[in-house]
Amino acid sequence: MGSNWFNKEPTLADLKIKEPILHLMLCIGDEWMGMTIAEKILADKCGKASIVPGEFVLASVDVALANDITAPLAIKTFDQIGIDKVFDETKIALVLDHFTPNKDIASAEQSKLVREFARKHKIVQFWDTGRVGVEHCLLPEQGIVAPGDLVIGADSHTCTYGALGAFATGMGSTDLGVAFALGKAWFKVPETIKFVYSGKLRPWVSGKDLILHTISKVGVDGANYMVMEFTGPAIDELDMAGRFTMCNMAIEAGGKAGIVNPDAKTEEYVKGSVSRKYKLYKSDPDAVYAGTIEIDCNKLEPQVSFPHLPSNARPISEVAAMKIPVDQVVIGSCTNGRIEDLRIAASIMKGRKVHEGVRCIVLPGTQQVSLDAMKEGLFEIFLSANCAVTTPTCGPCLGGHSGILARGEKALSTTNRNFIGRMGDTTSEIYLASPAIAAATALAGHICSPDDIGAKAKGTTAKRRGTP
Amino acid sequence: MIIDGKAIVYNRDNINTDEIIPARYLSTSDPDQLASHCMEDLDKEFLKTKKALAAEIMVTGSNMGCGSSREHAPIAIKHAGIKAVVAPSYARIFFRNAINTGLAIFECKDPAFYKGVKHGDGLKIDADGGFIENMTAGKKYPIQKIPTFLQEIIGVGGLVPYAKALAKKTR
Repeated sequence: MGSNWFNKEPTLADLKIKEPILHLMLCIGDEWMGMTIAEKILADKCGKASIVPGEFVLASVDVALANDITAPLAIKTFDQIGIDKVFDETKIALVLDHFTPNKDIASAEQSKLVREFARKHKIVQFWDTGRVGVEHCLLPEQGIVAPGDLVIGADSHTCTYGALGAFATGMGSTDLGVAFALGKAWFKVPETIKFVYSGKLRPWVSGKDLILHTISKVGVDGANYMVMEFTGPAIDELDMAGRFTMCNMAIEAGGKAGIVNPDAKTEEYVKGSVSRKYKLYKSDPDAVYAGTIEIDCNKLEPQVSFPHLPSNARPISEVAAMKIPVDQVVIGSCTNGRIEDLRIAASIMKGRKVHEGVRCIVLPGTQQVSLDAMKEGLFEIFLSANCAVTTPTCGPCLGGHSGILARGEKALSTTNRNFIGRMGDTTSEIYLASPAIAAATALAGHICSPDDIGAKAKGTTAKRRGTP
Repeated sequence: MIIDGKAIVYNRDNINTDEIIPARYLSTSDPDQLASHCMEDLDKEFLKTKKALAAEIMVTGSNMGCGSSREHAPIAIKHAGIKAVVAPSYARIFFRNAINTGLAIFECKDPAFYKGVKHGDGLKIDADGGFIENMTAGKKYPIQKIPTFLQEIIGVGGLVPYAKALAKKTR
């Protein structure tokens, strides 16, 4: 179904069709059946005019992604299938970002295996140390993923690309190995939950706070097997970095994908990076949703998720009063490693020092983020504040390297998971929050808001900051 | 398909992939090495307990296997000698990874099953009959039927043989 053609037609609401007649029409022709953006993309990729949730389909993928942990198993699967050529060397992305620069011999061997596969099959999007970034920061930045794409990745945070209006989801290595060979993957068509964010974001409130709050509302399996479609005035206001952060964490509510309908901001973002043709899909006004959840942002505070689940979110005013001391602060990752994130952290850290009891690690998401941060003077701010600034890597987020926690230590991190033992010893604890909260916490030595240390939000007036 | 064996029980919801196989062991994809660290961050004694009980069926709480997409999780469980997992629900990626890698997993939604089951109970799963029997307690509970499409994948022995057949058709 050509969605452009469809969008020019009058909507059912315009036609003022009564409920029973509408039902009849839905049954007669699928041209009339409203679909969500996720359903439209999936339908197109399996060559169908329409699809319904619950159906199993085999669809063609536009990008198949794996990293240094998951690619070795995918390559093993590819070899077992017994095809000597990959389906398309331009549509496979291999990103060595997790245990790199390689932390030990075993991980070096894994990277070597992926490197050799990439050379043998002339994989165009192969990213190695010195060029690599954290995969979900890198692919959108480099224009490898475009709006309307169907993306599968052997990494659960592949759902990040929904921010571009793509259908992107995490799978296992076997799925990826099969996709390397055939360019296809099986899907159970998911239902969609619509999230409507109304109101205006208060100072320091970011995409991270919206998503932590959302997960706390629905729970860590509240959207299991479903698409989370983020809509409403607050999402329209949010920049692309904030939208990436939100879609990135859809998986933490069990979501198959997070997705935002593309708008002028999306087009502006991809204008300079995506060189191939792409298609902008949008949900029909009469699309069918499994449910609608409304969130009023006017009173929403920055959020902090307590150990050991991302759903344990609490408002910062309540948390700051507890004066929870931390040993380590991590700013970065596929959730919050973009230049916009570093700018916020740097604006709070400027001219100040990290608390003497805290180790603050800054992980820029990509080489380009590092270059931009350097040019803008952010590195000078971080280094002068006594932060450790690293090369782009997933590193400490999954307890890999470069910032592992010892027994009983506490960390506040801008990453996405605070499971038991995620960053180190099983008795260590992780609190999740935004870059603004992370920066303030690093300076104060305990979890707090930038307001608590007298930092001023950009573009805010004293009057606005004073309103509840 | 009938699977029987003794139970090892973790009646906790949201058991995540970091607990099933911590990321610090992901610098290998060798099934036996992964199995040697299976469930380590949830229960350091898992392998010992499993051996002592001679258990082959793992029973867990809901949203089993949430978190990362690492296929190393079902692989570790399978190669630690677990023939099947029974839970009220699974996280989506873990579910498909288990199907794809040939770890048998079943959904039993009946709370009474979880209330009654303990370490070492004799269990019998009848996939076609659609029930699980706790033979120690002498009680039967319904399990969810596996969708036809997934039965096709399981029927040919997993996603790789399925893809091989598909490759012949499409290339």
